[in-house]
Amino acid sequence: MVKEKKENIIDSNLQRKHKLRTKGVKVWYDDFMAIKGIDMNIKANKVTAFIGPSGCGKSTFLRLFNRMNDYVDGFRLEGEVTIDGENIYKKKVNVEQLRKQVGMVFQKPNPFPKSIFENVAYGLKIQGLKDKKFLQEKVERSLKRVALWDEVKDDLNKSALALSGGQQQRLCIARALAVEPSIILMDEPTSALDPLSTSKIEELIYELKKDYTIVIVTHNMQQASRVSDYTAFFYLGELIEYDKTKKLFTNPEKKQTENYITGRFG
Amino acid sequence: MNNIKKNRWKDQAFKFWGIFCTLLGLVLLAIFIGSIIVDGVQRIDWDFLTSLPSRKADRAGIYTALMGSVWVLVLTTIIALPVGIAAAIYLEEYAKKNRLSSLLEVNISNLAGVPSIIYGLLGLEIFVRIMQMGASVLAGSFTLALLILPIVIVSTREAIKAVPKSIRDASFALGASKWQTVSRQLLPASFGGILTGVILALSRAVGETAPLIVIGALTYVPFAPKSPMDEFSVLPIQIFNWISRPQHGFEVNAAAAIIILLLITFMMNGIAVYFRNKWQRKLK
Repeated sequence: MVKEKKENIIDSNLQRKHKLRTKGVKVWYDDFMAIKGIDMNIKANKVTAFIGPSGCGKSTFLRLFNRMNDYVDGFRLEGEVTIDGENIYKKKVNVEQLRKQVGMVFQKPNPFPKSIFENVAYGLKIQGLKDKKFLQEKVERSLKRVALWDEVKDDLNKSALALSGGQQQRLCIARALAVEPSIILMDEPTSALDPLSTSKIEELIYELKKDYTIVIVTHNMQQASRVSDYTAFFYLGELIEYDKTKKLFTNPEKKQTENYITGRFG
Repeated sequence: MNNIKKNRWKDQAFKFWGIFCTLLGLVLLAIFIGSIIVDGVQRIDWDFLTSLPSRKADRAGIYTALMGSVWVLVLTTIIALPVGIAAAIYLEEYAKKNRLSSLLEVNISNLAGVPSIIYGLLGLEIFVRIMQMGASVLAGSFTLALLILPIVIVSTREAIKAVPKSIRDASFALGASKWQTVSRQLLPASFGGILTGVILALSRAVGETAPLIVIGALTYVPFAPKSPMDEFSVLPIQIFNWISRPQHGFEVNAAAAIIILLLITFMMNGIAVYFRNKWQRKLK
């Protein structure tokens, strides 16, 4: 009885620290095995970067956490993926509810062909929230959070497509923040942006980790070392090495990691 | 002649052949439309549009046929639009991609190529006889709706498919359900494309003759339809009727009616092109 209690406390401590966990996760697309058994714990309120060559499974792995792979034909999962200790692939789980908790930012800025206001309010509107004042406050707060408010406050009704690429991407982040997730997944969020916009997004990531658990997939090694606290190196569907970013980039344990980060392959 | 010269000569030769081929169709059409206009345009006046049919050519008008066409067009739209769009949404967004769905796809594309008279026979059996609608506007509209359904479905699917995947991703990632994504993102974004397809399909329907003759639309009706269950005629049938008469006066009437029919279809195509351009710009 006492022992059990103790284990529970340890477990809930772990949970607080480990926002996302996977246990023996394997993913197939039809016959192709994309993820070959990964155990991983991702810490809360930290930035975790996934690096690795194209096709190594890092994007697939990222998309497990908001179940965006569900729509891919032939997708099959084995193992456990948990958020705050809850298995998100259980039958009972409401996927729409899950995605309100786990926001996502994509590779190419993908604003809706609607106004700036409508873009940010979309996630709230689909939850049935209609109160104008509430929506306005939310939109303003979200846009301020991504430092876009001053640039667009007079043009809220203009099309989001008129914004620059960097502004669009910050708008997409604001859109994700508006529904108040606790986790933000970023799939190469700066790969389509110029250096200046990129550094703005990176600053933003640094700002956001106080309140959010952030997982970012990136092809840019400098970016990973700049923004992340932890880095995971994936290769051919396996997690090769996962450590504090500083350690992984200065003193990797595995030869493969070293080869990759020094640019010898990939 | 050296090689460069030879190639240049071939190039020029093909260019002129191409121009000739392009013009061939256009010129023939222009000659046809020109001669129709010469024959018929002086016959078109308000009376021609609002007069009932008559045995005397100079007193006959297209009122009943025009009203019949309008009735059929409206009812066909009401029937084909929701069914076609719903089917397209299902196939594009909901159906699992498997053997059954690809079989369905192939068959729908094939249906678009079935001769229209076959649809007439189908309509005669199902709507006129089994469902006992008689040779009514409603039976005709159902038949034409069947005829254009494949076109509506295929063009709606193309329009929905053209919406970038990133829009779907963004919507789903924010916690939208499938239906919310369809109704709030995909349909508004593909509206122009859907409308274009629907209008083109309808402009085909308005020119159809064979299936309506098969289900028993009349070549002569004394009154315009007042309800969906009334008997009816349509413009192409009226034209067919007048052409087949010996008196010269009716030939002029036919030419005038053809001008009206062409105007209607050109106008519909024009609207379709307008919407396509407008929405393409919006989606960038």
